[in-house]
Amino acid sequence: MLSYDLKSGEEKMKIEKVPGKNNKNKVFLYALSTCAWCKMTKQFLKDNQIEFEYVDVDKCTHEDLDKVKKNVLDLGGSLSYPVIIVNDKTLINGFRKDLLKEKLDI
Amino acid sequence: MIALEKVRQRAESDAKTYGYYLHPDPEFLQNLLEGLKSNEDRHGYPACPCRLASGNLEIDRDIICPCDYRDPDVAEYGACYCGLYVKKDVAEGKSPVPVVPERRPVEKQIRSYTPTTQATAEKKTENAAVEKPLEIKKKLWYCRQCGYVVYREDQPYVCPICKAKREMFSEIALQTMAKG
Repeated sequence: MLSYDLKSGEEKMKIEKVPGKNNKNKVFLYALSTCAWCKMTKQFLKDNQIEFEYVDVDKCTHEDLDKVKKNVLDLGGSLSYPVIIVNDKTLINGFRKDLLKEKLDI
Repeated sequence: MIALEKVRQRAESDAKTYGYYLHPDPEFLQNLLEGLKSNEDRHGYPACPCRLASGNLEIDRDIICPCDYRDPDVAEYGACYCGLYVKKDVAEGKSPVPVVPERRPVEKQIRSYTPTTQATAEKKTENAAVEKPLEIKKKLWYCRQCGYVVYREDQPYVCPICKAKREMFSEIALQTMAKG
């Protein structure tokens, strides 16, 4: 899952990008490939044409897991999936349609 | 590789035994069962599809489906954390499928993110050899109500035999006597 950034020499997580017409907000998703709620969240974002990026955390390397944990906890979230981060600051734990609609203005 | 049908049958049979039902939405249920199958294929045991498993059995034991948290979660919220097991009224659509907060303690969750805990036999790297493995201290617990004995890190939330609450479990302190 790692790609290597030659410029900085830092290893980077492989992030999947899902294109969508609505790119008003920067939407990032930490998911588990096995999780039914995460699957629903991905589908919900696709159905609403939201552009988003995601990482399947269960496919990450050990080094990446540490970064994921730090990122989620630093934003005041908990380690329950899906974790949706809007514009690098607002974190939503779980598939909360009401909150997603509100934060993404849909 | 375990067959998906086997995963389904196991869940159905377990639900029947304990008086639970499976998630009412066939597509959602299918996704949960496929998640369980993936985890069993890669880890060797069906860890909860909605939690991050470490691949180390000792660390993941509490989240092997049916997880330690299922009984108290179904009792309190009407469904388990991932939604595989639900109460009758949820199964019949009389109550909505609830959002169930994570009951697993944070200390246990974060073990899956610690590199040392990831070193399983197959994945061992050169570094893993020098890393100190995380030690899980297991104890003997017994149910004061029915006598059920279990050897685990923590006492069960509910006694699987007589359904007594967690408070009814006591640790068995072993003493070694030296004679002569």
